[in-house]
Amino acid sequence: MLAQLNELHAQSIERLNQSTATAELEAWYKETLGRKGSIYLLTRQVGGLSPEERPAFGKQINIVKNELQAAYDSRLAELKGSELQAQMKSSAIDVTLPGRPQPKGGLHIISQTMRDIYRIFGDMGFQIFRSPEVETDAYNFELLNFPPHHPAREMQDTFYTSDEDVILRTHTSPGQIRAMRAYYPEPVRVILPGMVYRNEQVNARSHLQFTQVEGLAVGEDISMADLKGTLTDFARRMFGAGRETRFRASYFPFTEPSAEMDVTCFVCEAKGCQLCKYTGWLEILGCGMVHPMVLRNGGYDPEKYTGFAFGLGPERITMLKYGITDIRHFWENDLRFLQQF
Amino acid sequence: MRVPLSWLKDYVDINLPVEEVDRLLTNAGLEVKSIDTIGLPGAELEWEADKVVLGQILKVEQHPNADRLVLATVEYGAEETEIVVTGAPNLFQYIGEGDLTDRQLYSAYALEGATLYDGHSEELKKAKLKGRSLRGVYNRSMLCSEKELGISDEHEGIIIIEKDENSPDYQAGTPLVELFGDVVLEIDIIPNIARCSSMVGVAREYAALTGQPVRYPSYDVLMEGPDANARVKVRTEDPELNPRFAALIIDGIERKPSPYWMQHRLRLAGQRPIGVVVDISNYVMLEMGQPNHTFDYDFLRRRADQYAPEGPIEIITRLPHEGETLVTLDGVTHKLQPHNILVTDPISNLSVGGVMGGADSEIKPETTSVLLEAAAWNFINIRKTATQLGIHTEAAFRFSRGVHPSQALLGAKRAAELLRRLAGGTVAQGIIDSYPLVPAAEPITLNATYVRRLSGLDLSTEEIATLLGRLEFDVQTADSEHLLVTAPDHRLDIEGAHDLVEEVCRMYGYGRIPSTALSDNLPPQRGNLALEQEERIKDILVQAGVQETIGVRLTSRAVEALMLPKGSAQDAEPKRYVTITNPNSPDRVVMRQTLMAGLLEATASNSRFQERIALFEVGPVFLVQEEQQLPNEQMRLALVMTGQRDLSSWQDGKAGLMDFFDLKGVLERLFSILHVDVSYEAAEHPSFRPGRTARVRVGKNVLGYMGELHPTVVEAYGIRTEPKQGVMAADFDLNGIISRIPALFPFKPIYHYPAVREDLALVVSADTAATEVEAVIKHVGGFLLQSVQLFDLYEGGQIAAGQKSLAYHLVFQSPSKTLTDSDVRRQRERILKQLEKQIGARLRE
Repeated sequence: MLAQLNELHAQSIERLNQSTATAELEAWYKETLGRKGSIYLLTRQVGGLSPEERPAFGKQINIVKNELQAAYDSRLAELKGSELQAQMKSSAIDVTLPGRPQPKGGLHIISQTMRDIYRIFGDMGFQIFRSPEVETDAYNFELLNFPPHHPAREMQDTFYTSDEDVILRTHTSPGQIRAMRAYYPEPVRVILPGMVYRNEQVNARSHLQFTQVEGLAVGEDISMADLKGTLTDFARRMFGAGRETRFRASYFPFTEPSAEMDVTCFVCEAKGCQLCKYTGWLEILGCGMVHPMVLRNGGYDPEKYTGFAFGLGPERITMLKYGITDIRHFWENDLRFLQQF
Repeated sequence: MRVPLSWLKDYVDINLPVEEVDRLLTNAGLEVKSIDTIGLPGAELEWEADKVVLGQILKVEQHPNADRLVLATVEYGAEETEIVVTGAPNLFQYIGEGDLTDRQLYSAYALEGATLYDGHSEELKKAKLKGRSLRGVYNRSMLCSEKELGISDEHEGIIIIEKDENSPDYQAGTPLVELFGDVVLEIDIIPNIARCSSMVGVAREYAALTGQPVRYPSYDVLMEGPDANARVKVRTEDPELNPRFAALIIDGIERKPSPYWMQHRLRLAGQRPIGVVVDISNYVMLEMGQPNHTFDYDFLRRRADQYAPEGPIEIITRLPHEGETLVTLDGVTHKLQPHNILVTDPISNLSVGGVMGGADSEIKPETTSVLLEAAAWNFINIRKTATQLGIHTEAAFRFSRGVHPSQALLGAKRAAELLRRLAGGTVAQGIIDSYPLVPAAEPITLNATYVRRLSGLDLSTEEIATLLGRLEFDVQTADSEHLLVTAPDHRLDIEGAHDLVEEVCRMYGYGRIPSTALSDNLPPQRGNLALEQEERIKDILVQAGVQETIGVRLTSRAVEALMLPKGSAQDAEPKRYVTITNPNSPDRVVMRQTLMAGLLEATASNSRFQERIALFEVGPVFLVQEEQQLPNEQMRLALVMTGQRDLSSWQDGKAGLMDFFDLKGVLERLFSILHVDVSYEAAEHPSFRPGRTARVRVGKNVLGYMGELHPTVVEAYGIRTEPKQGVMAADFDLNGIISRIPALFPFKPIYHYPAVREDLALVVSADTAATEVEAVIKHVGGFLLQSVQLFDLYEGGQIAAGQKSLAYHLVFQSPSKTLTDSDVRRQRERILKQLEKQIGARLRE
């Protein structure tokens, strides 16, 4: 009988392993472990054994029963898994089809560039100060050391208004005087972002309005070395850690000494390309030490205070970064342009 | 300014490679904008040393078979001479002159196989020289024009160099590249380097940067003949405007072309040679920076015969009389302004001082005696005059940036000596020199501590003195800390110690100044709340799927007027704008007073390409204020939405066109995130469609308007729409929004007791506003009512005409207990009762 049980066990396991569908498995269960299954039938034959043999046989039959049950459970899980797998495979989709399009908003690319600038200078303690776009001649020129008829005025083509003392600011620099007058006698560390206007023809390279970000730091211990350090840090965060800067002498009426800062070209890694006109350098900003007269006009005694100022053009930086060659894109508000950023 | 290195080398040694010269000058503030290489390796057209050489012209004969060709015998260092067939018009003068060897005529000679520019082609086209027969005479080489060599555009004739005592020792056969290979630097003259508007000026900077002395040109002049001061008297009426007037008389001038070397230099510097007198005038100005002017002396004398037959010519510099006019040498008649300083004689005016000569007194082909003027003028006055008269001469450029009076005498002498040597003139004894206002040279005290504070460089007074000395500053030591520094005459840009620090930095090298982090006190940190909120509002709108735009803030009245359909009340009122008096386009004349017009223009241009448009702009408008000089730059927020609600896809059908409620949904999202409690009420606005316009308020204050735009407005801006497609817009006072964003708001607790949901379907009259119904429900529902949400709006069908059905989900929840059915029923009944009482609502059957 024991041999019969063992054979049943072996045969059942074999059949179990041969079953390939859950339906087949159900049938196996009924025949093997079901209420009138072969194990049950074998149990019924226990009566034919001697009382000595019965406990051992009973124990064995239980072992076999449990083993078959476990084998069944595991086979069932296995088959269910593969059936689910097969079913999922048959309902596969083309994953290369496009997704359901979501309407997309976006910040204007100049707003994004502005935020980069705000963040970098914000980390260095520069706060944002805004001042009017329609300005007086005094704030835009005279207080910044541009006397009337000074040649430096020719560097900026000005839009005049029907009030002869009122113009559209040609740079964000008038904010220097306004910020100093607002904060005197505290140290000053501000950036002055905003729109400026020049009477220029609108073409790929020039526009009658563009944005600028001016920076101003005034205190009792600020030197040209601080200017170089601050702006080099800015250039590395804006254009990449490996950038080198070059400062060369320049001229702005409101700074002395004045400089232009160039950054090693980030397109060609300073090897020379069309963007940097094969010089390896990109002109990024103008800067200098605040002219004593400007400090005085802001309320700060140049004997006691020094300061530096700089001005940069977000459009130029953006154009360099993305290879944009036509400045008119910025204010045309064509979604095909704006939504790329 | 164009600076040929060959010319610069007259005044300073240049041994560095061109790239290094470029770097030195550019870093010192003389930005080299471009580098033009001529003939040398690296040039567009390189002159091969063995194929392009100096040739000497020995003989010129008529071509036997062609009237317009000549045969020139050329010696070029080879064993035999060569015959060149050429049509160069400037060789015809030598036909029949026999042997020209002693005349020492040289030219650029190209041998067969040389690559040259095609002189007859408009653009620069290279061609290889090939031998061929020209009307029966075989020709295999060529005498060249400057154009063929890429020196200039000159192609009137071939280069002809007459060797004289001023020429180098020319030898036939010398590679041309050794003689005329050159590099021309284009230097950007920004206002504070006006001193570099000359070869000497640039040489001085280069010499200082490389620690060399400058070789100044000789200012000696050989004077002979009668006394000039007996022939001309000068009177200056306003020394402030004309501090100095120096003049010399040169008689017996021969009118002819200037020598080749001078023409060549002028052309390289961008000037057109005209004749020896004008060329010398221009040459001296380019060489050392002092402009000068030549008057026809005989003309002046004839005029003097009318007012002083026996006496000298009188020159008076003065301001114009009322209504005075002057014809300049370009033939233009100018109506003079009170500030135009004139050179005159007692009869009439002669020239606009420092700007342009007059037509009457200019030298003519027959002129042999000239009065050569070199003066100093007030730079601001010259600038005003040049701008107002629209005359932008090289002289006006220099004078309007400042030329020191000391230069006048030097320039006059230099030009006179060149007229003597190159034009065969005789310089009369004595210089007429009226110098009523000698500028005082004020020494500036420079303190080493100040240099350190400003530059960050720790330099001793000795080091500072050395650096400044290289630029010809006079530096005296006052004490261990202080220097007394006097700027040289040519430095009109030096006003104070800060200017000297820049010079110290330039000479030390900007690149060698250390880079340090700011260590000064940090100012109190305040933040910029308005900007922070503005940026936050932009972010919320972007997340709602709206694209930010930035428009042009200059616009026209007409474009803004399109917002107001003809006949509307506002249309009748003329607006005061900030108005540009020198616009460069009729579309950009005033500063905008609305963001909407620009947004609608953008919508129109995008409507040609986009199925869904959702735009916003945040920015100022410019409102003229009574009694205020500057306008109110009011920050506003405007939105436009139109087109498909969803973008089209391969999958589903379209979800339909955006309407009023799409825009309102975006606004509700914005105000809900900002915690600004706004209300919407039906309103009228000329730009918007009647019945689909809402006024947005906080309490009694109006923040702005929103709604569907009036179809007339949509059409006026040319926005392309489908049938039934509306254009939604909103316009807000941004500060009105920002000022109402609460700094803090209380958190709403979350309760754990179960919530009970009740639906309420009401019938109200069709004109009842949804907000009224909601207000009653909320008021009566009290603290137990957690939320009210409209989930259905229905009209028609079983609902009687003039009525509508509104269905709400109400959620009740108690903070302190589990609500019973009767609690909820009681609340519901109270709400219904009040709805019936206050707005006549009843429960829908």
